[in-house]
This record gives sequence, C-alpha cells and structure tokens, in this order.
Amino acid sequence: MLSRRALFSVGFGLAFTGLAAAQQPQPAAPAQAAGRFITVSSTTSTTDSGLFNHLLPAFQRSTGIEARVVSQGTGQALDTGRRGDADVVFVHAKAQEERFVADGFGVERRPVMYNDFVLIGPRQDPAGVRGTRDIAAALQRIRERQSPFVSRGDRSGTHAAELALWQAADIRIDEAKGPWYREIGQGMGAALNTAGAMGAYVLSDRATWLNFRNRGDLEIVVEGDRRLFNQYGVILVNPARHAHVKREDGQRFVDWLTGPEGQRAIADYKINGEQLFFPNAGQPGA
Amino acid sequence: MDVASAFASALGLIAGLDPQFLQIVGLSLRVTLMAVLLAALIGVPLGAWLALSRFPGRPAVIVLVNALMGLPPVVAGLVVFLLLSRSGPLGGLGWLFTPTAMTIAQTLLVLPIVIALTRSTLEELWTEYREHLTSLGLSGARAVPTLIWDGRFALATGLLAGFGRASAEVGAVLIVGGNIAGHTRTMTTAIALETSKGDLPLALGLGIVLIALTLVINAAAFGASRIGARFAG
Repeated sequence: MLSRRALFSVGFGLAFTGLAAAQQPQPAAPAQAAGRFITVSSTTSTTDSGLFNHLLPAFQRSTGIEARVVSQGTGQALDTGRRGDADVVFVHAKAQEERFVADGFGVERRPVMYNDFVLIGPRQDPAGVRGTRDIAAALQRIRERQSPFVSRGDRSGTHAAELALWQAADIRIDEAKGPWYREIGQGMGAALNTAGAMGAYVLSDRATWLNFRNRGDLEIVVEGDRRLFNQYGVILVNPARHAHVKREDGQRFVDWLTGPEGQRAIADYKINGEQLFFPNAGQPGA
Repeated sequence: MDVASAFASALGLIAGLDPQFLQIVGLSLRVTLMAVLLAALIGVPLGAWLALSRFPGRPAVIVLVNALMGLPPVVAGLVVFLLLSRSGPLGGLGWLFTPTAMTIAQTLLVLPIVIALTRSTLEELWTEYREHLTSLGLSGARAVPTLIWDGRFALATGLLAGFGRASAEVGAVLIVGGNIAGHTRTMTTAIALETSKGDLPLALGLGIVLIALTLVINAAAFGASRIGARFAG
C-alpha cells in the first residue's frame, strides 16, 4: 500500500516536472539568444504564401530574435493584439489598422508592402467574366448569372476587400446574397479548396494563389484593376496599454521589416521566378 | 490527387527524418501523453471517489461527467484561451501560445473520459466484491487501490480512449497554441495548415503518420496488458 502511495507521489512529481519541461524552448531553431522571442499576430495570407518561411530566418540571423507567428484573419489578428496576446500585428486592412492605433491599442502604423488580389474562377467561366480588367463589372456579371461565389466571411483583410469591391460594383451584398453566395468563415486556402470543389469564383490575394497546390480547374479570370491593390501594415502593440509587450524587440521587428534589409528580403521572395510582394515602406500615404 | 502520392509523402517524411517533422511529432506526443498522465492523476482518484461515495446530487454529477465526455474541443480551447489570454484572469503567467497551454486544454478534454470510465469500472467491481472486501477489512477508501488494481485493464482502455481523443483533436490546440512553426505546431495543426495551402498529399501523408503512431501506441498497450495478464495468471 505504501509503495502504491509512493508511486502516486512520484507520478505527481513527474507530472509537474513534465509541465515545466513543456515550457522549455524548442531546440529546433539554431539556439542563438535562446528564449529571446516576440509574438507576431499576422494574417493567413502571409503564412499560406510562404513569405514568413523566407523572412523570419533572415530576421533572426540579423537580430538574434525569434519571431513566433500566429496566423489568423486580419480582424482576429487585430483582436489578438487588442487583448495583448501579441507584441506586433502585421495585417492588411488599412482602415481597421488606423482604428486600432486611434483606439490606443497600437503605437504607430507603418506601411510595409503590397500585393494584389485576383479573381479566381473555374476554367469554364460560367459568368463569362474573363477578359475584362474591370472587377466591378465582373462582380455584377457573377451576381446576374447567380454563379457560385465563395466568400471568406471571416472578417479577414481579404473579406473586407471583397465587401468593398461589391460596394464598388453598386451591389448591396447583404440584400443580394442568395444560395449562390457562400460564406465559409475560413482562411484563404480553405476558401480556394472550397471554390475548387464547387466550381465557384473566389477573391484571393495573389501570393496565396501562387503558392496554392490544389488548383484543379481554377485559374485567374480577372486581374490588374487598381481597386485590387492590397496594402500591408505593421504595428507595435501599445506597451502603455499592455505593460508586458516587448517594446524593444517588437520595435526592432518593425524597424527591420520597414528598413532596407527587410524590404530587400520581401522583394527577394519569389515563386517560380514571380515576385509576390512589393515593398513600399517609403511610400507616403501607403 | 491520388492516394499513392500521399503514401509516398508519408514514407518520405518517415524515411527523411526531417528535423522539423520530428520536432512536430515529438511535440504532439509530449503534449498528448502529458495530458493523459495529468488526467489520469487527477481523474482516477476523482472517479474512484465518485464510485464509492454517496451524496445528494450524485446522479446529476455522474450525468454531467458523462456529458462532458462529449465536450467540443473548440469550447475547451476557448475556455483555456480566455483564462490564459493577457486580458484574462491567468494572463500574467504568459502561457498562451505555449505547449503548456495546449497540455492544459487537452487535459480538460481527457479528464471527463478518465473520471467517467473509472467511476463506472470501480462501481461495478465494488458492487460485485463489496462483501468480500469488507470482510477483509477493506471498506471505503481503503478498498480503492484493490479496486483500481482489479480494474486496471478497463482503466487502461479508458486512458487509451483519452489518448485517442487528445491526439486526434485540432480545435483546442489550434486556439491555445496558435500553430506557431517550430514552437506549437502539432501533427493535427500541421495537417490543417497543409490542407489550407492545398498541399493535400503532404496533409494526408502527415495523417497517415499520425494514424500509424496511434496504432503503434495501442499495439504496445495491448501487448503490455497481454503480458501483464499472463503474469497475473
């Protein structure tokens, strides 16, 4: 009986050591400046496109700081910053970013880079929109023909951009939506998978599209409209609001990303020779 | 996409021994096994207590525990998330987006299974052997170790069920872990990520590896119980 009790207490001891051990940093990355890290909440497009796999090792080599990225839709990523669960947010929805700063959750918004959105659709093009550059006209055709359209429906930056485009097409999507308009409430990749399976149209950022493997029958049907422009911004979460925010290391991430080294790294990221993101930290008003 | 390429990528993952892949497998196993261990240490005593004690409202507690076996992982994840968020009551610990948070969430998921199965196993044994044990002077709490020993195989099955639930779920670990590469990425969150990137062969390959691991662990447990049973006569 005693031995059994001893076993139990050994078990308890092990459990707590284990829980503590689970806290130890991983030996995965080269263990320089072990334990020095920041948490970045960012969007699914920056992760799904493979950009972070390219940027973060360069940032760590240069500064010794590990950036841990949690990727969510832009709305959710900003919420993560609001709660203080990230040191830096790196998203793409300018109006929401400016509100985030105005409400005191962020220190300052800095433009970083842009890419563009493209309208993806089935090769058969049931709405007959291929060939136009006018995204508003294309959306009107899709609505008229009631062709299946997949919406992110997740408050992401891409979702916000899509809603703005419906507005630009003079369509009040809240009233116009029917069974043809399918809100899935998921990330960019999931939306592309769904559109592929349903033969639907979908708005995607170009980077995620280029990195997407399961294209099936899908292809780009509309691109090049200025309204499809997609600007990314980076913001340090306000340490005055959340005292534990790693001000110094977070600021170094912001400075690196918007500085010459980070901007060059962004421009260098290519898939099949095609550049995905265009650095524009120096562009006023971006 | 054909299944053959999924098996090829599964074999490639195993044969290649890619350090990133091994790290993901290691983290999955560590988090899940730790959750099962914690759930066992908390749940077996609680289940035993629930089996032997009598108090008003006991049926309601039993129903509640049984119902919690179906606790949706996302809900467990959300609760732990709200507790551990910097804006939550335990935010000061800084545990959100760490393996510790994932262990806690999975412990919550496994715990009801361990409590409920311990309770039903021990209650049955207690009904059967009550007189015998009481005549040996083992009543109440003092009968528990004997009951646990006699019910060890049923309890082990309960722990395996708990392991299955924890290793297979993605909702809770995704919310509280954040699927951070090299830090909180597990087999299941990696599968979700690769699926969303459209790399379905790699996603399915990871799935095949996960199923194979579960198979190995269950086979080991089965073998151990066979050997144990032989020695116990």
